[in-house]
Amino acid sequence: MMDLPVTADELHAYVDGALPADRRAAVEAWLAVHPTDAAHVAEWRAQADSIRAHYGAIASEPVPERFDLDRVTRPRRNWRAIAAATLAAAVIGAVTGWIAHGVSAAAPSGFEQFSAEALNAHRLYITEVRHPIEVGAGEDHLLPWLSRRVGASLRAPNLEAYSLKLLGGRLLPGPNGPAALFMYETPAGERYTFYCSRANTPRTALRYNAAGDAAAVLWVESEMGYVVSGPAERDRLIDIAQSAYREMESRLPRRSTENHGMPRRGS
Amino acid sequence: MPPREAWGRTEQHVGGFRQGVAASVPALRRYARALTRDAELADDLVQDTLVRALRSEHLFHGGELRSWLYTILTNLNRNRLRALARRPAMAAIDDNDAPDLAGPEAGGRDIERALAALADDQRSVLLLVVLEGLSYREVAEVQGVPIGTVMSRLARARMQIKDFLDGKRPALRRVK
Repeated sequence: MMDLPVTADELHAYVDGALPADRRAAVEAWLAVHPTDAAHVAEWRAQADSIRAHYGAIASEPVPERFDLDRVTRPRRNWRAIAAATLAAAVIGAVTGWIAHGVSAAAPSGFEQFSAEALNAHRLYITEVRHPIEVGAGEDHLLPWLSRRVGASLRAPNLEAYSLKLLGGRLLPGPNGPAALFMYETPAGERYTFYCSRANTPRTALRYNAAGDAAAVLWVESEMGYVVSGPAERDRLIDIAQSAYREMESRLPRRSTENHGMPRRGS
Repeated sequence: MPPREAWGRTEQHVGGFRQGVAASVPALRRYARALTRDAELADDLVQDTLVRALRSEHLFHGGELRSWLYTILTNLNRNRLRALARRPAMAAIDDNDAPDLAGPEAGGRDIERALAALADDQRSVLLLVVLEGLSYREVAEVQGVPIGTVMSRLARARMQIKDFLDGKRPALRRVK
């Protein structure tokens, strides 16, 4: 059947190994004399190879415990109680949770709540003229104190590259326990805040969340949630957040349960 | 190029429904990750797929279990995108430095971006075919469309990826 013309569908089927055996030779003969089609076929194969090279290994990763089917089918209330306790699950709730559990699509996600708490604190304190912070940047016990209360070794990232000077910080109630809020200011008096609180998910991508004239970028790393808030200028805020992210990551303390390396002093 | 079987079908679920579902988790995670480009989101989708599947066992009347699971996952993702469209405020930042975009190698990043630029149905067809090894007929079932539609989505996906990689973003299709 060498004389039947080869269709575009057959070229795809050839690439995907879905061509009936009796048409393979015909397609190969066709490709030998149709260089444009041969180039397409080569291109499609290369695409498939890069897709497999990029994502193939995911299927060989050890399957996380959460996918254990007994865990998955745990009674729903129980599952949701656990879910409620974790930021990760709250994120699930944000998107797929409604679908699986019929929760109203208008319910805010834990992610958004976390961001919203940080943004509320941001809004509340950036307008404070006289008392924007509790403890000034110059005071030694700022970081030890906030670290001890939040339960993690905290750092206030250096954002001087963005003309942001650290004013100091304060302690706040957060979504999963105490939260620390660091405040920065530009020479022009624009204020940015850096919010840290415990999260029960290991890590997430950076997420941008705008609400009116203020915006927040949130991420979770080593079970700590961080939110950088400031004026809603997306590119600048994302730059600043990434700078903070990189700094936090490069100085990330080893996670330990025994407060190793944690300061002892503080009020 | 590895034989399709290496990527495609797992052994028929000899151990029954639950074991079949469990055995599909690695492939579902792979597909979800490629589909969403977000590890957290992908795993959430897989988890919801498993919840759905286990609750709906009575609706599964034999056939290819994996296709059925891909169908659930694909639909959940569609719902998710619809929900997101209603709530545009929160979006993952598409950026080199976003922490959980894996793969430092530039080629991987390119294909990731090229896939991201595709329409969802096209991306899904291409991934189901080349990454998951589903047959065209199975993909048609997953998407609930005729095979002809699968073929045209596949062709468009491949053309657009080529155009994207060639640097012509809004894909201009050559007329043959």
